[in-house]
Amino acid sequence: MTEKLDTKGLSRRSVLKGGAAAAGAAIGSGAITGFPTIWAQNIKDITLRQFGTGVSNLNEVGKKVKEDLGFTLEMTALDSDSVTQRAATQPKSFDIADIEYWICKKVWGAGNLQAMDTSKIKNYDKIVGTFKSGKLTPESTIAQGTAPHTVGFTEGPESKTFSETETGWMTLIPTIYNADTLGIRPDLIGRPIDSWAELLNPEFKGKASILDISSIGIMDMAMVVEAMGEYKYPDKGNMTREEIDLTMAIFTEAKKNGQFRAFWKSFDESVNLMASGEVVIQSMWSPAITAVKSKGIPCVYQPLKEGYRSWGGGLGLSANLSGLELEAAYEYINWYLSGWVGGFLMRQGYYSAVPETSKEFMDANEWGYWFEGKEATDVIKNPFGDAMAQAGEVRDGGSFYDRMGAVACWNAVMDENQYMVRKWNEFIAA
Amino acid sequence: MKKKALDPEKRAERVSWALVTPLTLVLGFFLLLPIATIVSVSFWSYNEWSFYPDFNLDNYMFHLTSAVTWATYLKTLKFVVITWIFCAAIGFSVAYFLAFHVQSLPAQIALFLVCTIPFWTSNIIRMISWIPFLGRNGIANSMLQSLGITDEPLDWLLYSDFAVVLAFVHLYALFMVVPIFNTMMRIDKSLIEAARDAGASGLQILTNVIIPLTKPGIMIGSIFVVTLVMGDVITVRHMSGGQSASVGRIISNEISLLQYPAAAASSVVLLCTVLLMIGIMMRFVNIRKEL
Repeated sequence: MTEKLDTKGLSRRSVLKGGAAAAGAAIGSGAITGFPTIWAQNIKDITLRQFGTGVSNLNEVGKKVKEDLGFTLEMTALDSDSVTQRAATQPKSFDIADIEYWICKKVWGAGNLQAMDTSKIKNYDKIVGTFKSGKLTPESTIAQGTAPHTVGFTEGPESKTFSETETGWMTLIPTIYNADTLGIRPDLIGRPIDSWAELLNPEFKGKASILDISSIGIMDMAMVVEAMGEYKYPDKGNMTREEIDLTMAIFTEAKKNGQFRAFWKSFDESVNLMASGEVVIQSMWSPAITAVKSKGIPCVYQPLKEGYRSWGGGLGLSANLSGLELEAAYEYINWYLSGWVGGFLMRQGYYSAVPETSKEFMDANEWGYWFEGKEATDVIKNPFGDAMAQAGEVRDGGSFYDRMGAVACWNAVMDENQYMVRKWNEFIAA
Repeated sequence: MKKKALDPEKRAERVSWALVTPLTLVLGFFLLLPIATIVSVSFWSYNEWSFYPDFNLDNYMFHLTSAVTWATYLKTLKFVVITWIFCAAIGFSVAYFLAFHVQSLPAQIALFLVCTIPFWTSNIIRMISWIPFLGRNGIANSMLQSLGITDEPLDWLLYSDFAVVLAFVHLYALFMVVPIFNTMMRIDKSLIEAARDAGASGLQILTNVIIPLTKPGIMIGSIFVVTLVMGDVITVRHMSGGQSASVGRIISNEISLLQYPAAAASSVVLLCTVLLMIGIMMRFVNIRKEL
């Protein structure tokens, strides 16, 4: 902050002095980071304000940015609803938006974000295919829902419409993503679980839960309905009104029969429901599983035969960014994809958009466990030093290609979003 | 040069204006202005990512014709009535005990302060702490089972209407105790003696002397309880495990979905409902006169 204040009274002299000092510092660190020296002089004065969900808005990243790049990154962590609100309504409050792809679909039209020139992204070629062509491997089929590549490109820097193909202008630079499934308490269930349909199995009456975030919850519902054989959706990510009614009817009936113990809205609620044994099967997020496990309570992120519901997040640039700050933002994004953050996030169970650069920041045991689905050869620790797995354990769901290759649908916003939300509220009030 | 003294009448007028201005400004700025904003936004239109000035009644039409709204109001009213009954019964009994059974003033004050101890923590913590207590493997269930009262855990203790009402009563009973205790302390003890001398039984004294005289306190407490329960957002969600709706949750859902005009319309309807309820309650007791 003091650095910011210093530059307020801009006299020629102070600029020269400050510039000299900054240039000195830049020369000192320049060998490592390799900035264009023209703007490296002023980089220390730059503050970029980033906001997003708690998943990737970690102070460690801010600290490392200061170390590696020299400028200040201010982070604000919010829940996904607030993130959407801010991206849509408060464009001046941020420089970088760390949002999910379905949020991007919702807020891009508000014109608060600017597209990014992919020729300035050094590791663009190494970004996983899922975010470019939509295909993880050339043989993959594209999953339903708001698949990232469908909202990942736009026609040009000012464009408000999405392009299906790679155009050289990206809306979000992908950062992290994962494949979600149901979490279970194997000790309380005592038999194998292999289908989404088990969520509504009367065997778990009063012991099941689903998340109360409509845009994600409806996808979990759709996975269940399809697994039960009740209906096959042409596109789970874009239901018609009739399909929404049908889905809700099945779940409302289950709710009235007492199938659900509770609905959860925040991460810690899901952890508590599972850890206390109130619930034995529920929709869950990867770090929540870890949190339950770290209490010494068995909990499995159960791979299911119908596949995963996946989500992805990325960094978007505020439309207000220009000049030096815009350059700094590009530099930040390049740094983001250069491996350190990827390794940091992958050691928490997420995936990086450019896995090969992250590999350099993980040891062989970590890479084998998290990415390749191999047996851990030693204790696996997260970046905060907590043990995540012991030697001999294998990651639930296996390797990156096993997990991300089995994505059945992506988190989505539907054309009938408003109708769906109304129906969702009826379901909660039923 | 000496200033000419204002004539006392004018002076008095100016003083009263000066005295009344700060409060008017504060209320105007922090109460009337926000309400006016909410009312005007409630007529605006909105889409997925923005809302804009307009004049339409769609927000109200949708809110008032939706079956969810009616079901939710009904549910919320049910919570209000049940919570009020328990709070009134507990509040009256506690206040009665403090005011009439405890004889010494220091003891009264000490016991009254004891009542406020739970308020030293935030009400969210007080509410959340019920969750592990009432849970399937919680203290309540393990106690009932070890005493042999039940064979298996009672599921309805937590994440149920019971849990919601329990939390409400726990959170808001004190709002009943305080005003009732306050009015009871003002009752002239000689009235009770007079009633006894005139041959009234204990029950008659209670119904003919004490209850009529504590009506303003009961009413003030009731207003607290009714408004707090009507406007609740958090308690219903946490104690029902997100399975039950309340009017406050409808509004917070709309806000989270960026539907600010719809949320504003719902808020205006809620505000009118609560004002109406208070208006009806005021018909029973003229609080100003009684105080």
